[in-house]
Amino acid sequence: MTTKNVWIAGLAVPVMIAMLLLAGSPSVTANDQPSAANAEVKIDNFSFGPQTLTVSVGTTVVWTNRDDIPHTVVSTDGVFKSKVRDTDEKFSYTFTKAGTYPYFCSVHPKMTGKVVVQ
Amino acid sequence: MTDKKQSLIDQNLQDLNNDGVDRRGFLKCMAWAGTGLVWTMSGGIPGSRAFAKVYGKDSGNGGDFSFVQISDSHIGFNKPANPDVIATLQTAINKINAMPHKPDFIIHTGDLSQLSKPSEFDTLEQTLKGASAKQIYFVPGEHDMLTDNGEQYLQRFGKGTKGAGWYSFDHQGVHFVGLVNVANLKAGGMGSLGHEQLQWLEDDLKGRSASSPIVLFAHIPLWTIYPDWGWGTDDSEQALSYVKRFGSVTVLNGHIHQIMQKIEGKVSFHTAMSTAFPQPAPGTAPSAGPMKVSADQLQRVLGITDVNYLVSGRSLAIVDSPLGDPVSSVSGNGRGLVVVDPVVG
Repeated sequence: MTTKNVWIAGLAVPVMIAMLLLAGSPSVTANDQPSAANAEVKIDNFSFGPQTLTVSVGTTVVWTNRDDIPHTVVSTDGVFKSKVRDTDEKFSYTFTKAGTYPYFCSVHPKMTGKVVVQ
Repeated sequence: MTDKKQSLIDQNLQDLNNDGVDRRGFLKCMAWAGTGLVWTMSGGIPGSRAFAKVYGKDSGNGGDFSFVQISDSHIGFNKPANPDVIATLQTAINKINAMPHKPDFIIHTGDLSQLSKPSEFDTLEQTLKGASAKQIYFVPGEHDMLTDNGEQYLQRFGKGTKGAGWYSFDHQGVHFVGLVNVANLKAGGMGSLGHEQLQWLEDDLKGRSASSPIVLFAHIPLWTIYPDWGWGTDDSEQALSYVKRFGSVTVLNGHIHQIMQKIEGKVSFHTAMSTAFPQPAPGTAPSAGPMKVSADQLQRVLGITDVNYLVSGRSLAIVDSPLGDPVSSVSGNGRGLVVVDPVVG
């Protein structure tokens, strides 16, 4: 494989993921702008995945609880706080400022995650 | 007792006191056996006690009494392996009502509900009204504090308690303390009692005679069982330092939906089965959470805990009974002494 091909393959994967995310996530808020990006965090087996998510300013992050046990998504610094989310329930938050946003499940505080907004 | 049985008991107790693989293996078997268990504490020296005696003529004599611990009813849960948690709670109550000796009261060690919904609390209250023991003491689990920091729980089940729902009471010379370790949990941490409650506990125990038996109960274990899953309480060491001077301390917890126990000096720790669904043994699954078992197995991994206090020996005997066959896993020798078969599992 040539250097050029490697570069193209390396670029193609994240582009495809971004496209899938855009295509796969329904609007989560009524005033969703067409240009706004969505990103997903899945809650599986008492953990947030990905544990660290990096997004650009304006991205709406959607958390989905896929466990049989209720969880919450609570910003450690008080920026956002979900209601309790039972199986398959979602929570979303739009990040409008750059920064690092640590969060946890207030029911199972061993569960921690982080959103980095650039 | 035969020497062989005695050495078996000694071995088990030794295993329980070490942190090695043996104990883990033993506890893992225990958790699955759904066994009846009998332990007594007498002057800090643990020993086995006759199952027959606990249920027989010994109980109910001059000041001896018993109470029952139930835990983790999770009313509102409706997924595999238990789509009907009301029915299994009812089975637990039927079991309590059928006891030959009437328990003086019931302790519920939390997770009454699945989602802190008013309807779930209603159902729990209604179902528990069918219990022969009318006095029920509660502590909240994290599932009872999901919507309003536990306000609703306090109004319904924690009237007259302090802080997030902690309190103490005396019964026939035994001092009981209900603690709350599910409020204001911190990111990355486990269960937490908090400074205010610890201070209250220290005051509550101050001035009490060291010969007074103490029973502490709380939802999340007050000993560290498995930190990766948050199965412990960050500041429990502080709480336990206040009870060190007492001759007999029993710690009863729920949360992990399986029986585990440990004896440390004069303190014996014990966790109860759930009335709703089992959870995996520590480290045997990707995470904690409801474990799916077949319908015929379910009754063996749910249950109640019967605690018998015998004034004569100043001891507490703890008997765990699954909702199914209560004594099948308990073995005894000719003299009525009972040990848990260490090869189960």
